[in-house]
Amino acid sequence: MNDVVLEMTSVVKRFGSHEVLRDVSLALHRHEVVCLIGASGSGKSTLLRCANLLESIDGGDITLYGQSLLDPRIDPDLVRRHMGTVFQSFNLFPHLSVIDNVCLGPVRALHRPHEEVRAEALELLERIGLAERAQEYPDRLSGGQQQRVAIVRSLAMRPDLLLLDEVTSALDPTLVGEVLELLSDLAAAGTTMLIATHEMNFAREVAHQIVFLDQGVLVEQGSPAQVFDEPRHEATRAFLGRSRP
Amino acid sequence: MSAEVDADASQTPPFLFAPRRRQILKGRNGLAASIASTVAIVGVLAYILFATNGGAAVRATFFNPHFLWLAITGDPAKAIPSVFSGILTNIWIFLVCEVLILFFGLVLAWIRITVSPLLMPFRLLATVYSDVFRGVPVLLVLYLVDFGLPELQLGGISNQSPAVLSCVALTLTYSAYVSEVFRAGLNSVPHGQILAARSLGLTQYSTMRRVVLPQAVRTVIPPLLNDFISLQKDTALVSIAGVVDSVRAAQIGVESYFNESALVMSALLFLLMTIPMTRFTDRLIARDREKRLAGAQ
Repeated sequence: MNDVVLEMTSVVKRFGSHEVLRDVSLALHRHEVVCLIGASGSGKSTLLRCANLLESIDGGDITLYGQSLLDPRIDPDLVRRHMGTVFQSFNLFPHLSVIDNVCLGPVRALHRPHEEVRAEALELLERIGLAERAQEYPDRLSGGQQQRVAIVRSLAMRPDLLLLDEVTSALDPTLVGEVLELLSDLAAAGTTMLIATHEMNFAREVAHQIVFLDQGVLVEQGSPAQVFDEPRHEATRAFLGRSRP
Repeated sequence: MSAEVDADASQTPPFLFAPRRRQILKGRNGLAASIASTVAIVGVLAYILFATNGGAAVRATFFNPHFLWLAITGDPAKAIPSVFSGILTNIWIFLVCEVLILFFGLVLAWIRITVSPLLMPFRLLATVYSDVFRGVPVLLVLYLVDFGLPELQLGGISNQSPAVLSCVALTLTYSAYVSEVFRAGLNSVPHGQILAARSLGLTQYSTMRRVVLPQAVRTVIPPLLNDFISLQKDTALVSIAGVVDSVRAAQIGVESYFNESALVMSALLFLLMTIPMTRFTDRLIARDREKRLAGAQ
């Protein structure tokens, strides 16, 4: 497992004088699932936004397949085509039908032929059981369905990795299951994923590595068994104590 | 306990009745009340117009059928233009301006909301432009363009007809207003939409073109139509530059016949033009509101 896809080295991010990420280093290998845990405001979302260059960083380095993304010759639009991003609030395009949401990226960013993309998109929607709703608009779907469409939308770009930002936090508790199930399926199929989540049970089951962030500091990382069952740091123990029901 | 409550409910509780004098406005009486008030108001208006002394004078001066008709036909022998062919001038000026304004308004709005450092000076210019042209009366802009530009002796633009120059003036002013409407619409699209589009690897242009603009246009149509209703009326201002539009034609008629009916005819023609647009706009706004209420459930 030495094929690193995404690597962050000593990343620092400030908003004004406030340090949101302090010297964070982590590596994401091919077919690996890394779960970011930590309280709200610990820097999980910021870390993901830095990874796909939606935020600039104030120190350290981010590399994709060994290539530094801070290189001035880098085109952020090209970088983002390799990383699918899924948001807490779905952010589906309300003026486009479900199928057009899925097709937009491949057609308009990758300039692939529309017919081919459409067929592929239908296949993806078929896999999540929403093919017959392809022509409907997102606001006709439940939150869980919308989020699954959002995941499929980023998969349609055939990304090298997925960044998922608390994708179940805005959902009714009854709808969380269907989204986590889809993510488990993707993990089983070997999708490389960096997942910020509050779902501890899910993280334990699916992740190969757990990363615990506390106030912008990477406090602890390791296998789920190690972090959840034998946390080495007091802050980790305190956080896990609070998040256990 | 509950038996007692049931017994009470079987009787009509008197505290639910409206006071007697207000009952005529409620329920089934509503229709009768609205008919009665309509008849009363129309009656008063008809009395003022037809039965008072002043009413007769108003009819003779403003609603004289003979002069109303003369306003439409005009009188070629006396070189009195027709109010009807005048309104056609208003209409083509409106149509030409509308297209130009939509284009320039959108370009201005686009410039003002883009973040590209390359466009910095343009952003500044666009801001100054919209401040200036929203602040100066349309009438002044018309004077400046229609009488000022020809003095510059610039080859292409200075020898244009007053109608064309007036189009330039109206476009200058209205583009500033419409750009603000567009800008509000573009800004109303949630930031998450932009993040989602950029995360798919769409360029800034594609994000704007495929995601932001289509959503903005929908919210912007009703206020845009309102601006175009004012534009329809403001085409009347071109008459000050010597363009023989409906208003100028009516003025000539008034001066020749010493009767104001031509102005009334011109007003009626303007109403024919604007009322369908105002009704259509109101319908769109109502539909939009219904949709939003339905979405809130």
